[in-house]
Amino acid sequence: MRVALWLSPLVLGLFLASLVIGPATIGPGESLVALVGEPGTPLALVMQEIRLPRALLAVLVGGSLGLAGAALQGYLRNPLAEPGLLGISGSAALGAVLAIQTGLASIMPLGLPLAALTGALVGVVLISLLAGTRGGSLSLILAGIAISALASALVSLVLNLSPSPFATSEIVFWMMGSLADRSMEHVWLALPFIVVGMTMLLALGRPLDALTLGEDAAEALGQRLLRVRVLLILGAALVVGASTAVAGTIGFVGLVVPHVLRPLVGAMPGRLLPASALGGAAMVLLADILVRVILPEADLKLGVVTAIIGAPLFLHLIYQTRRELE
Amino acid sequence: MVRRRLKAVLLVGLMAGAWLPAMASGDERPQRVVSMNLCTDQLAMLVADEGQLISVSALAQDSRNSTMAEAARQYPPNHGRAEEIHQLAPDLVITGRFNAGPTVSMLQRLGIPVAVFDPATSLEDVRDNLQQMGEVLGRPAQAARLIADFDQRLAMLQQPVVHPPRAALYFPNGYTRGDQTLLGDIVRAAGFRNVATGEDVQFGGHLPLESLVMAEPDVLITGSRHDARSRSEAILRHPAVERAAAWEVAHELVTSDWVCGTPQALSAVERIGALRGQLMGAP
Repeated sequence: MRVALWLSPLVLGLFLASLVIGPATIGPGESLVALVGEPGTPLALVMQEIRLPRALLAVLVGGSLGLAGAALQGYLRNPLAEPGLLGISGSAALGAVLAIQTGLASIMPLGLPLAALTGALVGVVLISLLAGTRGGSLSLILAGIAISALASALVSLVLNLSPSPFATSEIVFWMMGSLADRSMEHVWLALPFIVVGMTMLLALGRPLDALTLGEDAAEALGQRLLRVRVLLILGAALVVGASTAVAGTIGFVGLVVPHVLRPLVGAMPGRLLPASALGGAAMVLLADILVRVILPEADLKLGVVTAIIGAPLFLHLIYQTRRELE
Repeated sequence: MVRRRLKAVLLVGLMAGAWLPAMASGDERPQRVVSMNLCTDQLAMLVADEGQLISVSALAQDSRNSTMAEAARQYPPNHGRAEEIHQLAPDLVITGRFNAGPTVSMLQRLGIPVAVFDPATSLEDVRDNLQQMGEVLGRPAQAARLIADFDQRLAMLQQPVVHPPRAALYFPNGYTRGDQTLLGDIVRAAGFRNVATGEDVQFGGHLPLESLVMAEPDVLITGSRHDARSRSEAILRHPAVERAAAWEVAHELVTSDWVCGTPQALSAVERIGALRGQLMGAP
C-alpha cells in the first residue's frame, strides 16, 4: 500500500494541473476559484463545463485502463496483456461507432456506453477463448492483433459507408482517442459503468495472487476459477467499454503502467491492481496535459502521446519475451 | 489573383499540343468539357454553353453540398477517376487545386488538357473564378454578365456597420474559419467581426472550446442542425457551446452556400446580414 500512498498525491497534483492548464490562459488561483464560483461567467463556464469533465474523465479512463491491464496481465499471467493491444478497446470502439451511426446513441442516452460495453465484452470473450489461460504469449498476441485489426477495419468501414463528411476525423478519434471538449454528460454516462467494473476487478486481488501458483493450486486454495473468470471478463468489459465510448481507443496505458509498477509492489498481482488504477489515472492525466502543452492548437490526440511513451516499452517487453522463449 | 489566373492559363497552354486539333478545326472553344470538382462543376454549369459541358462530378448532384443539384442531374456524373474521364473523350478537363494530383497528371499524360482552379477564399475570388471559367470555356461574355450581377447584388447587401457585433463560426470537430476564407469573408460582408481573428486563426483551424467561450462572442454562427449521427457534430451539443454566445446560437449556414465560391455565396451574406439586423434591432 506504500505505493498507493505516494501515487495518490501524484494523481491529485496532476488532476489540479489538468484543471489549471489549457488553451485559455487563466491564472491557477483564479481558475480554481471559478471552479467553485457562481456559474454564468465565461471563466466559470470554462472551468465547470470544459476543464472539470476533462480532468475527471482522464482519471476515470486512465484508472480503468490501468486496472484492466493489471487484471488481464494477472489473470492471463502474461505481461503483454493490455486492453488496447488485445483488441478489447478496438471492439468497444466498433460498438460505439455502430451506436452513433445507427442513431441508437441519440435515441437512448445509455445506448452508447451499452453498445461499447457489448463490443468490449465480445472482445474479451474472444480473447479468452482464443488465447486460453495456458496459452503462451504468442497465441495471445496473435489473437489480439487479429481482433484489433478486424475491429479497426470494421470501424473504418462503418464510417466510410456513413454519409458523414467527417468520417476521416472520426476514424482518427476512434483509433487514437481524445478527451478534448467532453462534457459532464460524458462523465455521468461513463461513471456508473466504470465504478461497477472497477469494483469487480478490484475484488480479484486475492484470486490473482493465488493464481500465480497455478490454476490447480489456486483451486486448492479455495478460489473458484469460473467466478474469477466471469468477474474479470465482465469487469474488464465494463471499464474498457465505458472508457472507450467517451474517449476513444487509448493504447498502451494498460501495458506500461502495470509493467512500471510491478517491481514496486513486489510482483503481487493483488497489490498491483489498486496501484495500476492510480498509475493509469496519473499517466492519462499527464498525457492529456502534454497534448495541451506541446501542440495546443493542433488538437493532438491522446493516443499519440501514450503510444510514444508506450511503444518503446512494448519493444523492450517483446525483446525480453523473445529472450525467454529462446 | 492575376498570378493565379496566369498559372491556370499556363497549365492549359502547356497542354496546347493536345488542344491544337480542336483549335485547328475552326472552333476555338472546347466542345467536350468534363468537370471533376464540386466547385468547378457549379461554375461551369453557370458559364458553359448548351452542350459544351458533358459531365460533372457526382458530388454536384448531392443537394447537401451543391446549390445546383437539380441542374447537375441533367449531366452524366463522374467520380474523378482518370479512367472514366478518359472514356468520355473530353477536350478539356476542369478541376480544383486540391483534387487528386495523380489523376490530373495521368490525364495530362494521356494528352487531355486540364484547367486547374484555386478554391475561392474570398468573395473577390468568386468573381475571379467566374472570369477564369469564362476564359477557359471561351464564354467571356456570359462570365461578364454573371460578374456584373454578382457585383450589383453584393453592393446591395454590403452595408457599413458602425459597431459590428462579434461572431464566432463554429463547426463540427471544433473547427472555425478565419478572415482568409470564403466563409470568413461572407460573415465580414454581412457586417460581423469574426472572433477567430483575435484567436490567430486566419484560415480554417481548430478552435478549442474554452477559447471560444473566453472570446465571448455576441453570436455563434454554425451550420444547420444535423441528426447528430456522428461524433464530430456532437460537440455542437456541448452545454458550453449553447451558452458561449451572449445573444444566441444561430444555425444559419447551409453547407452548400459557402463550401464553394459560386454566386450563391451571396445568399449566405443575405441570410447572415438579416440575422445581424434582427439581433441589433432587438432591444
